[in-house]
Amino acid sequence: MTTFDGDLPVTRRLVLRGAGSVALAGLGIAGLGIASFHAPEALAAANDKYPEDAFKQKDGTEAIKRLYGRPAEPSDKIKLDAPEIAENGAVVPISVSTSLTDITSIAFVVPENPNALAAYYKIPQGTLPSIANRLKMAKTSNIIVIVESGGKLFSATKEVKVTVGGCGG
Amino acid sequence: MASSIRVRAIANGDITEVQTLIQHPMDSGFIKDDKGEFIPAHYIRELTFEHNGKAVFVADWGTAVSKDPYVKFAFKGAAKGDELKVSWIDNKGETDTATFKVQ
Repeated sequence: MTTFDGDLPVTRRLVLRGAGSVALAGLGIAGLGIASFHAPEALAAANDKYPEDAFKQKDGTEAIKRLYGRPAEPSDKIKLDAPEIAENGAVVPISVSTSLTDITSIAFVVPENPNALAAYYKIPQGTLPSIANRLKMAKTSNIIVIVESGGKLFSATKEVKVTVGGCGG
Repeated sequence: MASSIRVRAIANGDITEVQTLIQHPMDSGFIKDDKGEFIPAHYIRELTFEHNGKAVFVADWGTAVSKDPYVKFAFKGAAKGDELKVSWIDNKGETDTATFKVQ
């Protein structure tokens, strides 16, 4: 999927948004079987703006569903680096890289946080699927990273034990 | 006013590695102040990096990104001396933009 090649950002966005709503309607009526061809386009359009609804979800599974519309399958091709134990939950360094190809987005989910979705990164063509960032963790939790590769979703999970929670920093 | 954005972008061959630090409270809205009142949520929602007018990295953030956020990524196609435009907008509509040279 080459959604974010950005040669004509504004026009492209509008076009994709339009195409997306049509495809989403198609999904609703025709079901996954027939409309699956349009699904990546629909998601790309939905993902082009800030995913407000996904960021509000308390539950990790629900956040992923709102963000991508479907669950991810575990993959051993994703390398998720996070500390075993975080002494300060306010600043937990987490990084991810993957040998999967055709990556269009990467998301970080912390299910035990008040809001499960922490960060969602769009990866345009030409940008490497490798990100490091620092997240807050309210308490001990799994970290789930979702990688969107060729329109499919893959995940990796690692538990981080938090000794002092830091949902506010 | 000094920029809230600090970026180090270093080209190594075709790949440019970008490290970013932004000064921002990233208040989650779940923390109480000394008087026991919740500090309202105040956090960056969108952070965008552009090279030659093309978005090379877009971050959508929630309240769980740490205070004074740090993020690192890498992209292809930039050369030393190229400009990288970085901008953010938070949930209160505050924004900042800065341009950096690839080193």
